[in-house]
Amino acid sequence: MATFNLNGKTVTADVESDTPLLWVIRDELGFTGTKFGCGIGTCGACTVHVGGRATRSCITPVVAVEGANITTIEGLSVDGDHPVQVAWQALQVPQCGYCQSGQIMQAASLLKDIPNPTDAEIDAVMSGNLCRCMTYVRIRQAIHDAAAATTQAEKENNNA
Amino acid sequence: MHKGIIISLALITGVGLFGIYAWHSPIEPINPQQNSAFTPQEIALGKTLASAGYCGTCHTAPDGQQYAGNYQMHTEFGTIYTSNITPDEKTGIGSWSLKAFERAMRSGVSRDGHHLLPAFPYEHFNKMSAEDIKAIYAYIMTSIPAVNQVKEENGIPFPLNIRWLQAGWKLLFADTSEFAKQSDKSEDWNRGAYLSEGLAHCGACHTPRNAVGAEDYDNMYAGAAIDGWYAPSLTASNPAPLPWRAEDFYEYLSTGNSTYHDSAGGPMAPVVHAGLSALSSDDLMAISLYFADKAGSGEQNIENNEALLSAINAQQALPDLRLDKGANLYAAACQSCHYSGQDMVKGRPLLALGSSLHLDEPTNLINVILDGFRADQGIHGVVMPAFRQAFTDEDIATIAAYLRQSAGEKAWPNLISKVGEVRRQPQFAH
Repeated sequence: MATFNLNGKTVTADVESDTPLLWVIRDELGFTGTKFGCGIGTCGACTVHVGGRATRSCITPVVAVEGANITTIEGLSVDGDHPVQVAWQALQVPQCGYCQSGQIMQAASLLKDIPNPTDAEIDAVMSGNLCRCMTYVRIRQAIHDAAAATTQAEKENNNA
Repeated sequence: MHKGIIISLALITGVGLFGIYAWHSPIEPINPQQNSAFTPQEIALGKTLASAGYCGTCHTAPDGQQYAGNYQMHTEFGTIYTSNITPDEKTGIGSWSLKAFERAMRSGVSRDGHHLLPAFPYEHFNKMSAEDIKAIYAYIMTSIPAVNQVKEENGIPFPLNIRWLQAGWKLLFADTSEFAKQSDKSEDWNRGAYLSEGLAHCGACHTPRNAVGAEDYDNMYAGAAIDGWYAPSLTASNPAPLPWRAEDFYEYLSTGNSTYHDSAGGPMAPVVHAGLSALSSDDLMAISLYFADKAGSGEQNIENNEALLSAINAQQALPDLRLDKGANLYAAACQSCHYSGQDMVKGRPLLALGSSLHLDEPTNLINVILDGFRADQGIHGVVMPAFRQAFTDEDIATIAAYLRQSAGEKAWPNLISKVGEVRRQPQFAH
């Protein structure tokens, strides 16, 4: 049995304590935006936020998130308009799309910690998120665009 | 002939005196109903102190009822099951008077007169004031539900299970002195010393023990193995590259993580989150001042510290991932979090700054890679995934070797088999 907060709602799942969080999110709770990739925490497709930090859910046992706040791609923004999502759409980043929810969750978490990352910083933080379609150049550009848009919005907010 | 008689007499006298020393009479049982004269303030203080002394961490089994005991401790002398300290009259301490409770807390003697094992850190609790001990008693007797649960038999082999031998152990090894204030130190320092040496019993894990399990007071806080982990030194011999200042201790003890060091994992996690979090910020600062003094760190600005700058710069030059398998695995599995850019960000720990890469044994690092951090460990509400099922011993050894080298330390020997040992060691419920 595990109880935690998922996208703003308290949820409970009747599962063994060592069940991977990814299984609970997808199979027990029906949020299928988060994907299964390698199953050993080295491809990034299963990335969700736990306590606001990007986390590989495929190797996180559900017992570890007891009482924690979890956000999946479905909960990143109400209308799909998080700056990273907006930049993603504008640049048509995804190709097959399988890795993108993980990429977006990782990128959103990166920008919270490092608001204006350099190329090297993006590469370092995003290198655990694989894209078999090799859209890395567009991913990097979208992160720069989202960073610029966020900075601009903050400026306007401060001036308003 | 005369000599023989004298030696015999001396022996008999010695054994007799030891018998008198070792023997403790039972203290009359009481009816718990007699216990009503506690003030709400006493009970509230007791709740805080019981939490900050982590009574529940050892006296509550995983999924067991609070304070009902039978938490399993694996020691080098055998397996110990902890006692039921709920106010149940038959199986707990419901029939214990305050006098019996205080005797147990100060000298490790049960109400019925038998000696408790020193896994119960009475040498520390003996440093507490009578008021504080009474407050804990008041809290347990009035606020903890009585649970009827018989203690499991300890797995301590003969002859170590002979209880009166414990008296000899106490005579030889236990520090039974009361807490003494040091007049050349500040009030806050003394408050920190009182809490750390007594209630919080920091030395029980951080002070090395001798061959018969007694704390080596000459090497107080010098670091020791505990519960399948290593409790690092809290003195100047701590191997972390940056000094542990009072503000670092305070950040660590109040959030479970120091940005310039590392996070509270394994047995230290409940110390922070289930224990010391009950204390006021003044008390946490007092403990921090005391340990900053023990570490000899003093006041210093570390923003331009060379070790910090070199750790930050070291992450900028990304290695060739085709050449180094350790760097490759690190980039794939670890670096998305363990990378901090130009400025240190809390929650993006630079592993080169933590003690786990600089200790002589890789135990702590391997434990963390295998089982990660739960939300109630390290930074509260944040987790690290567990690589136990994901990575082989060789994978983990490869990452550990890469990190060790990046931190500027000489290689750990026999790393792959060490990972296997840590993987298979008994699991403690922390």
